[in-house]
Amino acid sequence: MSPERAPVFLARRSYRRRRLADAARLLPIAGAVLFCIPLLWRGADGAIGTNGVMFYIFGLWIALSVISGVISRHLRASESEAAPPVAEEA
Amino acid sequence: MSILNALILVCVLYVVFLFAVAFAADRAALRGRGSWLRSPYVYTLSLSIYCTAWTFYGAVGFAARSGLEFVTIYLGPTLVMIGWWWTLRKMVRVGRSQRITSIADLISSRYGKSNLLAVFVTVLAVIGATPYIALQLQSVTLSFAAFAETDPEATTLPDMQSTALWVAMGLTVFTILFGTRNLDANERHHGVVMAIAVEAVVKLFALLAVGVFVVWGLSGGVAETLARIEASEISRFEVTGSRWVGLTMLSAMAFLCLPRMFQVMVVENEDEDHLRTAAWAFPTYLMLMSLFVVPIAAVGLDLMPSGANPDLFVLTLPLMDGRDGLAILSFLGGFSSATSMVIVAAIALSTMVSNHMVMPIWLHLSGGAAVVSGDVRHVALLARRLSIAGIVFLGYLYFRLSGSGTALAAIGLISFVGVAQFLPSLMGGLFWRGATRTGALAGLGLGFVVWLYCLFLPSFGPSVVLPQAVFDNGLWGIGWLRPRALFGAEGMDPVMHALMWSMLLNTGAFVLCSLLSFPQPIERLQGAQFVNVFEHSPTPGGWAGGMAQSEDLLIMSQRILGAREAQALFERAARRQGLVGYLPEPSPDFLQELERVLSGSVGAATAHAMIGQIVGGAAVSVEDLMAVADETAQIMEYSSQLEAKSQELARTARQLRQANEKLTQISVQKDGFLSQISHELRTPMTSIRAFSEILRDTGDLTPEEQSKYASIIHDEAVRLTRLLDDLLDLSVLENGQVVLNSQTGLLSDLLDRAERAAGVQGGDLRVERDRAAEAVALTTDLDRLAQVFINLIANARKYCDGRPPVLTIRTRQSGGYLVIDFTDNGSGIPPEKQAVIFEKFSRIGETKAGGAGLGLAICREIMTRLGGSVSYLPGQAGAAFRVSLPVANRMAAQ
Repeated sequence: MSPERAPVFLARRSYRRRRLADAARLLPIAGAVLFCIPLLWRGADGAIGTNGVMFYIFGLWIALSVISGVISRHLRASESEAAPPVAEEA
Repeated sequence: MSILNALILVCVLYVVFLFAVAFAADRAALRGRGSWLRSPYVYTLSLSIYCTAWTFYGAVGFAARSGLEFVTIYLGPTLVMIGWWWTLRKMVRVGRSQRITSIADLISSRYGKSNLLAVFVTVLAVIGATPYIALQLQSVTLSFAAFAETDPEATTLPDMQSTALWVAMGLTVFTILFGTRNLDANERHHGVVMAIAVEAVVKLFALLAVGVFVVWGLSGGVAETLARIEASEISRFEVTGSRWVGLTMLSAMAFLCLPRMFQVMVVENEDEDHLRTAAWAFPTYLMLMSLFVVPIAAVGLDLMPSGANPDLFVLTLPLMDGRDGLAILSFLGGFSSATSMVIVAAIALSTMVSNHMVMPIWLHLSGGAAVVSGDVRHVALLARRLSIAGIVFLGYLYFRLSGSGTALAAIGLISFVGVAQFLPSLMGGLFWRGATRTGALAGLGLGFVVWLYCLFLPSFGPSVVLPQAVFDNGLWGIGWLRPRALFGAEGMDPVMHALMWSMLLNTGAFVLCSLLSFPQPIERLQGAQFVNVFEHSPTPGGWAGGMAQSEDLLIMSQRILGAREAQALFERAARRQGLVGYLPEPSPDFLQELERVLSGSVGAATAHAMIGQIVGGAAVSVEDLMAVADETAQIMEYSSQLEAKSQELARTARQLRQANEKLTQISVQKDGFLSQISHELRTPMTSIRAFSEILRDTGDLTPEEQSKYASIIHDEAVRLTRLLDDLLDLSVLENGQVVLNSQTGLLSDLLDRAERAAGVQGGDLRVERDRAAEAVALTTDLDRLAQVFINLIANARKYCDGRPPVLTIRTRQSGGYLVIDFTDNGSGIPPEKQAVIFEKFSRIGETKAGGAGLGLAICREIMTRLGGSVSYLPGQAGAAFRVSLPVANRMAAQ
């Protein structure tokens, strides 16, 4: 029953794409929240050291770049929402 | 050679190198080679013009003053970039499908191509960019000064103002040479983009080199550096939440709205897919640029004497250590940052100024008489060059006015808040179909005023533009209007204060006015195009090859121009390019020429769209479609006019043909009549002559014979007289010299008289009449009318071939006319004769009875004089004539 297999394969692929697009949309929001985390930190004397925050910020920065790279690799802009909407529910 | 001179030499060499890079890139692009020009990495590197001299020098200064807070300026763009799926993707798609040339163009296109809006955005952008350009001038000037201080040979420090002026002039020339070599803004500036990419590499390398030198050279390792940071005055992370979040937002907004960012991000974008690479590569670039900022600041604060300008640590630390080479590299990094920013900003702004301000004014003044495209081109180029000079000069003016003492970061933030005012209109336009032009104007206007009043004007310092009293007591002494504490918001950071109020009021006005106003049709159309761009525009794919297919162009042109002309055109172009054959390289010049030629046949917009389809795969914008529709409508109207004309011509020709046939017939009749009349005249004349000769010459005639011959002569003379009378009568009637003699009488009496006069009694013609209907009183020239009746009845008597002949006379009233029909039972009049029976000399059946063919012609003339008509009534049993008289004649009688 090869004619039925093709749609299943397409739906799966388009489902993946949609979740990737979701991830791409969520990433900046997550990044924005995470970048604000240091504001909540309190040290012994009421403030915390620049070094710690610096490591956190730059670590997060690198992590975001990597995740963004992974998502973008699989998410071609030109395909956009070309997939039929039925595919998601299929 | 002093270090200062060496510095100038290095600068000049560097500029020459950049020029060579740009030139090579332009040439490669023109020849369609150099796919490396379209690499996503070049695109990413070109985005780095976000990192200006502010980043290069100012970030360290910022960090030295407020610690890690500086990083917010780079976190904002990072978040925007990794969130490319939200906004950038849409902006780039819209920019490409609508052929957008600048942010002013984007906003004005979205809101129905409103030029007012475009002018507004342009003015705002120019004012917003001015502090930023000043900042670049200041940083280059400061770095020169830093070198000069260490130069033992320099006796006097160079004048800051004159350095800034020289730098400004140099940058202007540089930008004009680079940026206005080609005119079409859609024609991407490959050379400039390539030069910027090179500069991006230089500044990153320079900053990393200084960072490595500071960490491992000056401090002696990572651990020691961290210890220095721990020991420095910026060891504590004491950032207020509002500034941290506010600055991140501000930088994100500015990243989207800065005209120069828009230029590289959207206008110079070669391929939407490049965003995928930029999504991770640009955040990485920003991260690397920021990596060593805090260490350099901490070490600088530690090693440099107190009072040293922290903005220049990047430069002064290597200089202090005697590393002249590294210092010059660092200087080049800063120089690169400053120049690339000024070049792109000036190009972007000059495009806006010339497209939205100078050209409309010029076209208006020249009365749209710009028929020669070369004219416009020349003016546009000149306008751009002048605007570049003007924009850089404004920056220089700001630099002089604001005093060069302000910290770099502070100036940059003022600019950011200014351009952030575009954001509500921009995002609203991209995501909300209900956004209207009125809303955009209101929002931008209010936001701009607040920014001007709360941030820009106060930035010159008290009593320079705004008097001290305004600072203390508010405008017109109203406390709520103090520029630094609007509506009572006391004690806020000035930048945050201005950002909050301007954005709140801007967004509020934008949304409110959008909700209340109603958009024009074109706005609504454009709104749908922008918001639903992914549904409307085709998936663009890569610009594989990127170049037009000359063959496709030739095929298309042949269809429009005809094979021979198209081939000649292409061959000529190919020969000009030094090629053999029919296929020239699709260079911009050639495409332009082709478009011009095609537009002669199909209209400018259509030609542009057709070439666009083949060359760029660019989507056709609504504007284009409307123009195409206009042209089509014009052509259709023209052809329908032609059709109407040709129908009219056909009608006229038909009428002429009919008239001609009639004339021919009349001519034949006339010939026939002439022979007839000469015969008619001749016959009685012959008898008269013959019998009068007999009377004269013959002596022995009996009285009976004499009397008989004399009466024959008499009869013939009477006949001649009658004929001549008829002719005379007709000529009198035709010349309108007849005098009508109005009398009153009954129609039945008139018909009785006519019947008698026509000699019906005694003949075999039977006349059927309806006497009841004939009891109608008439007031008209009864004698003339009787003449008509007599003629008609006599005709029936003479010509009716019915056995036995019957004439029916019917009278009735219809439509204000008294209608009298004379119908006989004969064979009637053949159709081909019906048109001419009322003409003079017209006779039917040639000879049967000897009329002269004048009777009916006289009847017609008489009836015309009486205000009625006589006509042949086809389709009856036999010959039928209808006499109509206006009823008014009868009414007058009653």
